[in-house]
Amino acid sequence: MKILVAVKRVVDHAVRVRVRPDGSGVETDNVRMSMNPFCKHAVEAAVQLAEAGQASEIVVVSIGPKQSTDVVLTALAMGAHRGLVIETNERVETLAVAKLLRAVVDAEKPDLVLLGKQAVDDDSNHVGQMLAGLLGWPQATFASAINVVGDGLDVTREVDFGRVAIALELPAIVTADLRLNTPRNAALPMVMKARQKPLAVRPIAEFGVDITPRLTVEKVAPPPERSPGKVLPSVEALAAALKADIAELEAL
Amino acid sequence: MSVLVLADHDQGKLTGATARIVAAASELGPVDLLVAGSELGGIPREAAAIAGVQRVLVVDSAELATLSAEAVTQLLAERAEPYHHIIASASAIGRDVIPRLAARLDLMPVTDVVRILGPNRFERPIYAGNALETVSSSQAKQLLTIRASAFRPAAAGNAAPIAFEANSVAAVTKLIATYRTESDTPDLATAQVVVSGGIAFGSKEKFALVEELAAVLGAAVGATRAAVDAGYAPNDWQVGQTGKIVAPDLYIGIGVSGALQHLAGIQGAKKIIAINKDPEAPLVKIADYALVGDLFEIVPQLIAALKK
Ligand SMILES: Cc1cc2nc3c(=O)[nH]c(=O)nc-3n(C[C@H](O)[C@H](O)[C@H](O)COP(=O)(O)OP(=O)(O)OC[C@H]3O[C@@H](n4cnc5c(N)ncnc54)[C@H](O)[C@@H]3O)c2cc1C
Ligand SMILES: Nc1ncnc2c1ncn2[C@@H]1O[C@H](COP(=O)(O)O)[C@@H](O)[C@H]1O
Repeated sequence: MKILVAVKRVVDHAVRVRVRPDGSGVETDNVRMSMNPFCKHAVEAAVQLAEAGQASEIVVVSIGPKQSTDVVLTALAMGAHRGLVIETNERVETLAVAKLLRAVVDAEKPDLVLLGKQAVDDDSNHVGQMLAGLLGWPQATFASAINVVGDGLDVTREVDFGRVAIALELPAIVTADLRLNTPRNAALPMVMKARQKPLAVRPIAEFGVDITPRLTVEKVAPPPERSPGKVLPSVEALAAALKADIAELEAL
Repeated sequence: MSVLVLADHDQGKLTGATARIVAAASELGPVDLLVAGSELGGIPREAAAIAGVQRVLVVDSAELATLSAEAVTQLLAERAEPYHHIIASASAIGRDVIPRLAARLDLMPVTDVVRILGPNRFERPIYAGNALETVSSSQAKQLLTIRASAFRPAAAGNAAPIAFEANSVAAVTKLIATYRTESDTPDLATAQVVVSGGIAFGSKEKFALVEELAAVLGAAVGATRAAVDAGYAPNDWQVGQTGKIVAPDLYIGIGVSGALQHLAGIQGAKKIIAINKDPEAPLVKIADYALVGDLFEIVPQLIAALKK
């Protein structure tokens, strides 16, 4: 089976972002960038399938600025075979990302596309479902386990009431949740080896996808501040405060 | 021109989210509520009672038992034409379906809406809630998911007409098994009081203290990702950026540090209360009131004091 994995370069998840004073967005200059955490789990899942002899080739794709080669290199160091960066400095909405990925799917003909369930910058949680919709393929989102069974997949999904396990035929789309696996940290020799692997950088214009945004971001604002409260002296004080709060709720 | 809303239901009942989504959607026009599923029983009548609903459309079929994204998307796509807004809750099903539908209709959706500023203007959080984005759309149709916890529920007492429609879709994926968290605590996403525990509890057995305190307060139980990953709590109790978004009147976090991904899930909480041995923990810093100390001493005493 051939696997395509989509990875996004985002502001590192540990960075506490600041909204720019002019409201035009969040400050991304001089901020640490890395692979979106959910994408790491998607790459790890692909590599594990290859190690189990269930996948023959893993192609990794990222859409974004030239520096996105960094996150593709990370995926190659983890064990993917080949990389592609679709280069653009524009903001690309999720619908356009899905259309670009469809073009890559048409060219590469993978049996499985693995994505993260969401990118932690825009927190959209769109692209996997959109790509599945564009291709008319079945989807298994929020995956916490993937097993190859016969010609298809059994996928456990995290849902609102617990988990569900579903079976789907290939080709299919699966989006990774954090409990899917533990992504490896590539050792230095793997990082060196990754530089020898094929990595193509192609301008977005080659793909013939209209990336004109459909939505206008009017402004970005910081969330309302919470005013600091007080530290209580004892369990009795806490119990009294809780009792008062609950009584107030019941009065409403 | 009206709004099509996908009803959220589970185990033969509407979830608390549906009346909230209808209330939000009513700001945009009269609401047609689509109830899709299998063996729906009393759900259509429950749906018809929600204020703001002008019509309930029901598709009841064994093919819809699992509410697969493929099938639900197809149901909505077939009905999409006359509506200027198509809306679902930002629940597992809404998140699964709305982007797929959007791609089918060549539309860019707006998801996790927390404020409706006009027919085409919405506010949504980004970066784990560390920023709020105002977006506007000039598209002919708006596809939205809405965070139920950000809106008050619509009243009951309506009696909208109910139309049963034939099913036209087949399930593409096959259900193998369902692992349901059995619990009689209130629904986390819409609860008024939530008690959450973190990794500090150290074991599943000790985490039962959280459940005990929640039972005394009539609260729902939440957990941090660390506590879920460690197996102390089921995945559907996770609160945060990748878990449930809650907006209770009271949120009590015990042995919870308040990582930014956890705070993403509790920004709508009216009051935050922290119990932590570390006075510098981020949750203690933003709490309305906090008690600093060892949770293994504090929680049993607190339970006893509340029972008095
Ligand atoms: C992409 C991504 C998404 C994430 N999504 C989520 C999410 O949705 N939800 C979520 O919760 N996390 C999420 N996380 C994880 C998050 O970053 C934190 O790791 C997690 O919230 C920490 O959980 P915790 O507070 O239980 O543990 P810790 O951060 O380890 O905190 C434990 C706290 O317990 C206190 N403590 C210890 N012993 C005691 C005691 N005896 N008595 C009293 N207090 C004690 C400590 O002082 C500390 O404050 C995500 C992370 C990533 C990278
Ligand atoms: N610019 C991008 N390049 C490559 N993959 C992307 C990009 N944006 C989103 N994705 C993929 O889609 C997943 C979900 O992202 P989103 O829908 O934006 O939250 C991510 O985890 C990636 O796997």
